[in-house]
Amino acid sequence: MTVSPALDNRFREAAAAAGLLDVAYDLTDSPIGTLLLATTDRGLCRISFDPQPDREAEWLARTFGVRVLRATKPVEPVRRQLNEYFEATRTLFELPVDLRQSAPFSREILERLARVPHGETTTYGALARAAGRPQAARAVGTVMNRNPIPIVLPCHRVVGANGSLVGYAGGLERKEQLLKLEGALDNTLL
Amino acid sequence: MAFLSVPPFESFYEQHRDAVLGELRRLLGRERAEDAYQETFLKALRAYGSLRNADNLRAWVMTIARRVAVDQLRRREASPPDPEPAVDSRPAYAELGELADDLPRKERAAVVLRYGYDLSYAAIGAALGSSEDAARQAASSGVRRLRRRMQ
Repeated sequence: MTVSPALDNRFREAAAAAGLLDVAYDLTDSPIGTLLLATTDRGLCRISFDPQPDREAEWLARTFGVRVLRATKPVEPVRRQLNEYFEATRTLFELPVDLRQSAPFSREILERLARVPHGETTTYGALARAAGRPQAARAVGTVMNRNPIPIVLPCHRVVGANGSLVGYAGGLERKEQLLKLEGALDNTLL
Repeated sequence: MAFLSVPPFESFYEQHRDAVLGELRRLLGRERAEDAYQETFLKALRAYGSLRNADNLRAWVMTIARRVAVDQLRRREASPPDPEPAVDSRPAYAELGELADDLPRKERAAVVLRYGYDLSYAAIGAALGSSEDAARQAASSGVRRLRRRMQ
């Protein structure tokens, strides 16, 4: 007995509308590949590249609670703003984020990162200095590498002191694509 | 990171939904099974966060489904279905969430689930953790509040 898509969707959206979910997630297409988007009642909590939904659901369940379900509506604002960003009609994300799973240092760095404007870049060292930890450039690199919400928290805007792209959890090619989209690539030495 | 005592709800749901629907159709027939399906999984979802282990999840959800079916059969025998509260013009689905946005939480959920997702009051009760009657009350006082506001 196979459940029809209509019946299935009705349950998923009703569960979300009733406020019964710890996490709602969905997949979306983008110019840099399929993305998985996840939100809690506090805000956006995860964006992942090349997602394996089963593994992501496990991580989300461990981190935010087991009531994890794919549902379209709760992630709609995120999907819409990302589409606008990729169409180059949006330069600023207006989305609450849920960083409760991040350690205090990570959270502080990610919050500073969120204020690096579209079209500009900063360096690992500059972020470390801004946080009052000038020696912590490497630790900042680790925080960038584990950024749970790439694109919206723009770790692609963080480059090496000499302007090299250094690294990106989603692959350097994507970092380059995002910076190109933002018109920020000219400022860096490639 | 917490140890997971049960799998993410998504995998539980995917694994058991077909069997649940099959059982409900067998007990209630095709039409009525759909409503009971919503009620069953909303009940399961409410309880899911406090499950201690993943033993016999199939048996657990089937028990919920059968209880829902039995309740539904009893209700139909006991009383004719209540007439719907008269809503002059049902707000279009897309506007509903926004319209209902600043209703009290329970009323908002009841209104959206009833008129947006066409769920039965029994299923809405399951979602809200209250009775069918309380769900009906919440929806109708939400609708009254909306009407007053729109006048």
